[in-house]
Amino acid sequence: MSFADLLPRLGRWAIGYLFRLGHAAFFLVELLKNTPASLRRFYLVVAQIHAIGNYSVVIIAASGLAVGFVLGLQGYYTLSRYGASESLGLLVALSLVRELGPVVTALLFAGRAGTSLTAEIGLMKAGEQLAAMELMAIDPKQRVLAPRLLGGIIAMPLLAAMFSAVGIFGGYVVGVLMIGIDPGQFWSQMQSGVDVWDDVGNGIIKSFVFGVTCTFVALLEGYEANATPEGVAQATTRTVVISSLAVLLLDFVLTAVMFSTPR
Amino acid sequence: MTRRNIETLVGLFVLIGFVAIGYLALKAANLAAMTVGETYVVTARFDNIGGLKPRAPVKSAGVTVGRVASISLDGKTFQGLVTMELEKRYAFPKDTSASILTAGLLGDQYVGLNPGGEDENLAAGDTIKMTQSAVVLENLIGQMLYNRAAESGGEAKK
Repeated sequence: MSFADLLPRLGRWAIGYLFRLGHAAFFLVELLKNTPASLRRFYLVVAQIHAIGNYSVVIIAASGLAVGFVLGLQGYYTLSRYGASESLGLLVALSLVRELGPVVTALLFAGRAGTSLTAEIGLMKAGEQLAAMELMAIDPKQRVLAPRLLGGIIAMPLLAAMFSAVGIFGGYVVGVLMIGIDPGQFWSQMQSGVDVWDDVGNGIIKSFVFGVTCTFVALLEGYEANATPEGVAQATTRTVVISSLAVLLLDFVLTAVMFSTPR
Repeated sequence: MTRRNIETLVGLFVLIGFVAIGYLALKAANLAAMTVGETYVVTARFDNIGGLKPRAPVKSAGVTVGRVASISLDGKTFQGLVTMELEKRYAFPKDTSASILTAGLLGDQYVGLNPGGEDENLAAGDTIKMTQSAVVLENLIGQMLYNRAAESGGEAKK
């Protein structure tokens, strides 16, 4: 293949990529335009919070507890080398509230709720249910997609907060009950080092952004899926891959903006 | 599942979420203990502020009485200008001295207030005249080395 051949290929790839990105942006705008209408029929959103949020509570709590345990053990191992094992509470709380809570919740969310959203909408499309709705003059974006987007956006920060809270409890169980750090030191170090707005607040903002990202990617992939069994399968895979990558990259950007500048 | 059941479960979910946020704010970040009462502003100039950061506590006799609001460089005297917000319910005499101390060997730095004996109290906008800079570890080590050298030099003379 000659170089002259390669250049148009690269150009075609770049244009196609930009086209898909622009398409996704328009799709998001259209979904957001439809959210006020779904607020008027709030029960649709409530049902989605139930499907997305309630069923994720157990997996979120279990992973939060496990992550808290591990943070407690690993943090103690490192901190005790510097004779600072009392700071374990601070280490566990800061890493959970700032990073692990929002990020791990978002990754679990992509796997637990994002896939089911994509598969559901992909199959609705494959079964021509969306087309049938359009025939009945019902906008599927308004009736099907917007409530799911809102449900995901509402559920994610709450799930992330649960993850962090359970994780801190896990760190407490390992640090104080098993290893035997003084509980007073554990909590007081945490309380003097964690700020409500800078740490907890920014963590909630992060998980809100991840909620929009994960739900939106899942909906877009489902809506754009090829209306075949393979198409739905590929779309589901893409949902997990794209939302995980997007969450991790966005997390870096958000962390750089939120925490890199000294207060 | 009936509509009412789903709504109850979602209500429970949202409630647990808010409890978790409240738990993080109150138990982990200690929102309740933050200075929320009225404050007044006092400034102090230090030759060297060391590692003092905004929002560091201001303590007197070990009790937190306020927070550092901002730190800047005084362009005229080339000293660090530290603005502190002290709680209104605590009043300090005008000749109170301020020093920058360290919590533990490697801990965070904070401002310690040592009350003086004057009858008049510091008012809002006042400047604390007597200050003691942060202890810079390098200077201490340098001083120690210098003293050691001086000692051994003296012994050699004998």
